[in-house]
Amino acid sequence: MSEISSSTDSSYSRQTGDEQAGQDNARQIRIDAGKTVPTTQNEPAEAKISVRNLNFYYGKFQALKDINLDIPEKRVTAFIGPSGCGKSTLLRVFNRIYELYPGQRAEGEVTLDGRNILSKEQHVNQVRAKVGMVFQKPTPFPMSVYDNIAFGVKMYEKLSRYSMDDRVEWALKKAALWDEVKDKLRQTGTELSGGQQQRLCIARGIAVKPEVLLLDEPASALDPISTLKIEELISELKEDYTIAVVTHNMQQAARVSDYTAFLYLGEIVEFGDTSDIFTKPTKKQTEDYITGRYG
Amino acid sequence: MSYIYLRRRLLNAFNLTISVLATIFGLFWLVWLLWTLLSNGLPWLNLQVFTQITPPPGSAGGLSNAIVGSLIMTAIGVALGTPVGILAGTYLSEFGRASRLAPIVRFVNDILLSAPSIIIGVFVYEVMVVRMGHFSAWAGSFALSLIMLPVVVRTTENMLRLVPDSMREAAAALGAPQWKVITMVVYRAARAGMLTGVMLGLARISGETAPLLFTALNNQFASTNLSQPIANLPVVIFQFAMSPYDDWHHLAWAGALLITFTILILNILARILLRTRKTSQ
Repeated sequence: MSEISSSTDSSYSRQTGDEQAGQDNARQIRIDAGKTVPTTQNEPAEAKISVRNLNFYYGKFQALKDINLDIPEKRVTAFIGPSGCGKSTLLRVFNRIYELYPGQRAEGEVTLDGRNILSKEQHVNQVRAKVGMVFQKPTPFPMSVYDNIAFGVKMYEKLSRYSMDDRVEWALKKAALWDEVKDKLRQTGTELSGGQQQRLCIARGIAVKPEVLLLDEPASALDPISTLKIEELISELKEDYTIAVVTHNMQQAARVSDYTAFLYLGEIVEFGDTSDIFTKPTKKQTEDYITGRYG
Repeated sequence: MSYIYLRRRLLNAFNLTISVLATIFGLFWLVWLLWTLLSNGLPWLNLQVFTQITPPPGSAGGLSNAIVGSLIMTAIGVALGTPVGILAGTYLSEFGRASRLAPIVRFVNDILLSAPSIIIGVFVYEVMVVRMGHFSAWAGSFALSLIMLPVVVRTTENMLRLVPDSMREAAAALGAPQWKVITMVVYRAARAGMLTGVMLGLARISGETAPLLFTALNNQFASTNLSQPIANLPVVIFQFAMSPYDDWHHLAWAGALLITFTILILNILARILLRTRKTSQ
């Protein structure tokens, strides 16, 4: 349960064609979502983030109980489970954003490349430089599209005007937003549409060149077309980043992720290959949840 | 069925009538007040009011020294009250959320907000005027800043709280330290609202009379010396209106009209600012 099941089931790894074919197939799957699971080629990957004996408290309430898990590098790991099961809480430990609120505390060990990010010596802003986050609601800052992206970059790097222009363009292209906003870089970020705002937030997160991206229900406030774009983006970004995504939408988890963890009442019930979780879950609770019996 | 419907309609008509009458009652006095002010003040509001200093009884003059004095003291009051108020409001909204000090500060600030301005005047008289040995523009400015301070604290805190926490989280998640999150993101998001608070505070102090009676007093001459008593509109209006001279009465009306419309314009500006804030979000 605490280890990633390394059995890469070859029967689900039938897609070995070129990139384009893979994308077409992914679209196909989206259309008859629910019937199929996406094909993943889960080759064993190094653990980027390792969680050991993690407990999390909101005041006296224990929201996470003895979590053990490895998040593999340059893969998409999805966290699913009913509301209040602790999946967002777990994500919020990975960049220590919970520390903004007094009364919330984490016990245990979370290592990023072998270094414990929860230790007191570890400076929190160094963690956040490596671990970016995108939230449920798009949160563009009240400044121009350009400055939205430059804001984070300026925290870590002193770039000349030209390099900053390049960086902004790079991040926007990476987030598949450049073509839509290249003529409105000086407009306020809040004037963009909801889907564009969310991609702006992703671009903002990428621009500081993190190694891990945490996505907390990134598409739940968006229309289906924007959701599709975000999902396509996730698939592309995993080439370069380790991605952890929390989602309410099980089809989405099945579509975008390589690994899936099912959480229930603050515990990890099951963690493994997405294809396994959705086709032959080993625990009854998982099966009940993914077949819609509760949650 | 139709009985209930009829009853509802009658009750609705009754309530509507009562509330419209109450509104008319309230507006009636306001309109009367403005009308009295306009009809008595407008004929005497000429260029002379702005160019000549307050005259002795029986001769011609204006209010220029009082206008200048009011502008100086209000400006200093705003300059003192705004930064302190914004910083205190920032503490309450951003830093003091879990502290035990914050609720106390908030409570004391609310008391200060509703303190009668004459108390502020007497207080500043005691701590500044008595010690300096004479009335001064500094004391007046200080009293005005004390009146403005709680207004700015209140509005700043409220406006900062309207900024959703998700915005703070997003900025913090990029690795921004808290002071950068506040100054570069939260302030920016709450900018128009905070400015509105300053405008409202400014409107509040520009008509205060009681604290100035005890602090800046008055001056018949044009003076910009901050250590000396200084003329100002509210006290001049008070003095001239109480006098038995007709020409002083006229100037008092003109001054009252001037203050009222300044405050009106400030309030309208504050409202416009607040509206742009709402539509931009």
